[in-house]
Amino acid sequence: MPRTPNPSSDASRLAVETRDLGRVYKTRNETVTALSSVDLKVREGELFGVLGPNGAGKTTLIKILVTLLLPSSGTAKVDGLDVVREFRQLRSRIAIVSGGENAGYGLLRVREQLWMFSQFYGIKSKVAYARIDELLERLGLASVANRQISGLSSGMRQKMNLVRGLMTDPRVLFLDEPTVALDVGAARDLREEVSRWMAEDPTRTVILTTHYMQEADDLCDRIAIVNRGRIVIEGTPQSLKLEVQRDVVVDLQLEPGVPVLDRLREVAGVGAASVREEDGLDRFSLLLADDAVLTNVISAVERSGRRVAGLAKREPTLEDAFVKLVGRSMTEEETQ
Amino acid sequence: MKSSPSEFEIFWRTVLARAYPRVVGLSRNLSWLFFDFAFPLVGTFAMVFVYQGLHAPRQYLGFVVMGGGMLAFWQNVLWTMGTQFSWDRGNGTLELMAVSPTSFEAVLLGMAGGAMIMTTLRAVAIIVLGSLLFKVTYNLGGLPPAIGVFLLTLAALYGLGMLLASLFLYYSREAWHLGDAIQEPVNFLSGLYFPVHALGAYVGGAASLIPVTLGLDAMRQFLLPGTPRFLDPALETVIVALEIPLFAILAVSSLRFMEVRARREGKLISKWS
Ligand SMILES: Nc1ncnc2c1ncn2[C@@H]1O[C@H](COP(=O)(O)OP(=O)(O)O)[C@@H](O)[C@H]1O
Ligand SMILES: [Mg+2]
Repeated sequence: MPRTPNPSSDASRLAVETRDLGRVYKTRNETVTALSSVDLKVREGELFGVLGPNGAGKTTLIKILVTLLLPSSGTAKVDGLDVVREFRQLRSRIAIVSGGENAGYGLLRVREQLWMFSQFYGIKSKVAYARIDELLERLGLASVANRQISGLSSGMRQKMNLVRGLMTDPRVLFLDEPTVALDVGAARDLREEVSRWMAEDPTRTVILTTHYMQEADDLCDRIAIVNRGRIVIEGTPQSLKLEVQRDVVVDLQLEPGVPVLDRLREVAGVGAASVREEDGLDRFSLLLADDAVLTNVISAVERSGRRVAGLAKREPTLEDAFVKLVGRSMTEEETQ
Repeated sequence: MKSSPSEFEIFWRTVLARAYPRVVGLSRNLSWLFFDFAFPLVGTFAMVFVYQGLHAPRQYLGFVVMGGGMLAFWQNVLWTMGTQFSWDRGNGTLELMAVSPTSFEAVLLGMAGGAMIMTTLRAVAIIVLGSLLFKVTYNLGGLPPAIGVFLLTLAALYGLGMLLASLFLYYSREAWHLGDAIQEPVNFLSGLYFPVHALGAYVGGAASLIPVTLGLDAMRQFLLPGTPRFLDPALETVIVALEIPLFAILAVSSLRFMEVRARREGKLISKWS
């Protein structure tokens, strides 16, 4: 469900602003640079996506912005407040919901636990219960409001976590891979609620991290692609797709055989190539400079002795842009 | 612009809210009846039988019964309050407490306050049953000052528990070792099962840093006639009273300090990502 940012929101107000933000983790035997030189500006009212493979630094960025982690270098402001110096005032204006979150006390009931967290914000119980009940209703959880948390499915649990994030009415809501490992239906319900919540008040801002392309494409006004702790590119989903607009995108299916991915990448005119296996076939996505390159690709395949099972041109997607910019697909990175 | 709640409102609401799962937990998970109630009861009574077997003076039975009651509060502070953040970090609850505008002090007070119901039940059971069973006689005239000292001791003990809890914000395994390591020496030094007098001036003096030590000694002097005197009970009371601000200040500073360290080194974050 694409959203149009509300024109009445004051675009000059920044919900998030980072300058040269960096974070290094030091453990006993290694030093990991999780973020470096991140300059980010998110306007009030935006639904901003941070897209990147596992280990890219998404969670590190979020944890710094919600005051749980200090930056190693640079500065960050959220809703105009410095995350290091003004963290006390900031905390009442933000909320975070993470995928796979298991927080709370299993013996509490859904409604009780949400009430407990609301009290950490000093909300009057009557007001809190009214908001909780309304949000539970909206997310289709009214029937489990009095169920013990330990008995919830992961989808219901994550919806409850989203209610926790929304009930305090934060100025900026941080969602760290909120739909990870959820079934399609639960993920869709969560996304729909986020969109609805944003639409209710044009000054609300959401920062969402994800490694699902479709989620970023469907939900976000703007996206930053991060890889190895750096922002690779930033823009609307449409503008990122323009990166691959001039390229010819080809889906090539091969029957199993010797590896050819590296060979395909070496063919002159192949901008990027990625592969995934499905139904016993290797499915390649290729970005070609023009149609003529296809001939060279096919002869490279034939020289390797592999057989073509299918070939089709298609419209470029965000995934193609990602592969072109990062040099590999999201899933390839994951399995490393 | 909506009015935002005052810090005080956030504080007391957090105390009540964090006490809540402890309180409803009593009826939803009955294993505490066994581990936190029956076992300690048996443990204290076993100690009484040891003393009886050794033909210890009759007053010792009173010492043990009162010590058993106090032990309940000490263990509540050490184990449920002191180590709480370690559990909370594991499932991400600590992180949510930290990002909210509330304070760790409020969370800890609520937690220990909620556990207080069970602790008090256990202490009362030990003292009532033990006193009836072993025919302990008390000087009831000493009850009002004894209750006063008890409340002061409890306040100081909470400060100590908070201080310990602050270590768990930053350390995890190391803090557990510390908790384990101090449990037995504290049980011994604080004279839970015998009067501190027996430890002599130096060891007893050092043990006085544990609020239970002097508090319990003063209560015994008030309630059990013939208790050997370590210090004048009035002086002991004053020292315990002074330990309240001492531990409170140490605990609050340590919580602040450990929070910054934990934020610097990513210790507030549970590692599920
Ligand atoms: N507490 C930590 N200590 C050491 N290294 C860490 C810690 N947290 C994350 N990292 C490392 O920092 C990098 C970025 O991690 P993270 O921010 O979790 O990425 P993402 O959320 O995009 O998967 C990874 O290489 C990860 O292993
Ligand atoms: Mg992550």
